[in-house]
Amino acid sequence: MFTHVDAVAGQLGRGLLLTLAMTALTFTGAVAGGLVVAVLRICPVAPLRAFGAGYVTVFRNIPLLVLLVLFVFGLPDLGLLYPLFATVTTAMALYWAAFVCEVVRSGVRAVPRGQAEVARALGLGFGQCLRHVILPQAVRPMVQPLGSIFIGCALSTSLAAAVGVAELTGQAEFLTLRYDQPLTSFALTTVVYVALTLTSGLVAGRVERKLAVAR
Amino acid sequence: MKQLTKARRDDIHLLFDPPGPRARRRIRIATAVSLAVFAALLAFAVRQFAAHGQLDADQWRMFGEWPIIRFLLSGLGQTLLVTAVAAALAFPLGGIVALGRLARNRPTRALARTYVELFRSVPLLLLLYVFLFGLPGVGLTFPVFWQLVIPIVLGNAAVVAEIFRAGVLSLPRGQTEAAYSLGMTHRQTMSGVVFPQALRAVSPALVSQLVRLLKDSTLGYVVSYLELLHQAKVLGEYYHAVLSTYLVAAACFIAVNSALSGAASWLEARRA
Repeated sequence: MFTHVDAVAGQLGRGLLLTLAMTALTFTGAVAGGLVVAVLRICPVAPLRAFGAGYVTVFRNIPLLVLLVLFVFGLPDLGLLYPLFATVTTAMALYWAAFVCEVVRSGVRAVPRGQAEVARALGLGFGQCLRHVILPQAVRPMVQPLGSIFIGCALSTSLAAAVGVAELTGQAEFLTLRYDQPLTSFALTTVVYVALTLTSGLVAGRVERKLAVAR
Repeated sequence: MKQLTKARRDDIHLLFDPPGPRARRRIRIATAVSLAVFAALLAFAVRQFAAHGQLDADQWRMFGEWPIIRFLLSGLGQTLLVTAVAAALAFPLGGIVALGRLARNRPTRALARTYVELFRSVPLLLLLYVFLFGLPGVGLTFPVFWQLVIPIVLGNAAVVAEIFRAGVLSLPRGQTEAAYSLGMTHRQTMSGVVFPQALRAVSPALVSQLVRLLKDSTLGYVVSYLELLHQAKVLGEYYHAVLSTYLVAAACFIAVNSALSGAASWLEARRA
């Protein structure tokens, strides 16, 4: 059962690195993109608001695999051919940005209106109001949902295997077909994914306690 | 709908004073500029499509022909079938697991918890590969439909269990206490008092879960089950019209899913 330990460990290690890199890039991109879309959705300029709403509707309702297939096999028909890794990561970041946007929006909405009114009544400008009053209170309720989104990102990177990226799930499939030891490689991969999600959950809980504000 | 617009206005009013004359002028300028930018982007996209022959009639004509429409509709039907069967199995299973997590018996709780933690942290595709490549190795082969549905059910039951549990925990404790003080057993309390109320509370979340189930059904692409995405792949490769076919399929998915999302927020608004 354990005749190819070195090869298997090496392959899975490479897959894990790719998964981690994709997760980190996707999540970073999604948070940046989600913030931009959230700003668009609450800004007073009507066309930008409509664009933000349309973006969220489209990207929250399209299955990620459809988006990946569209990007990987569809975009080259438009002459847009990029490396596979970049294409997949971009598609995933665009997808998760819609979810981040909704988290940010509901976080801002969780701040009682009186807070912003008082801040304005005290003469704080828009930026000051946002920085000193709204955001410190809005960030805390965002932490847990953002943690879930991080876990979602990590798990969804596995879909990249379906369009040909040899990340962790792809390696598990490859090893199964190559060495005919399905249980070993699937068990190992499962352990890695469970470890990944449990750690992310713990970190999110930690961060949330750190950011606690007394109300 | 009315409530949605109101919520959006709240967002804006939370952060901004009502605009004065100068701010109104700035908003008008920004509106004009953003419209111009969008128009430019649209023109660029159309040019890019046209330059690569993606607007040619032979890329789109077949979507007006009935056999092709029927082919895609049958894919959509299979997608809906997978979603419905998976929901019909995952929701009760999730309910059972949730009961397990709320049981008074410690091993049952631990077992249910392990199930939830495990299946929430395994990517669906990995689970699918287990059924596709792993289990046949030990002599267990399912028909394609079940190779797709069973992993979806196993994965989503864990999420549904957490939804149910959150619904039960959100009930006021007085409900359970009142049931106990009327002499009801734990089982009677759960089935007669707690679960029916929890079910009402989580119904929007369950409808949203349908969206996820429908998204998961696209994994039929991997197991070659004839759902919409797989049909689109076949069609696109046959007609050498990959982009247009995937765009049509994406539009179908978005339409169905946004109808489901709309139903979820309608339920939510009605409950509130």
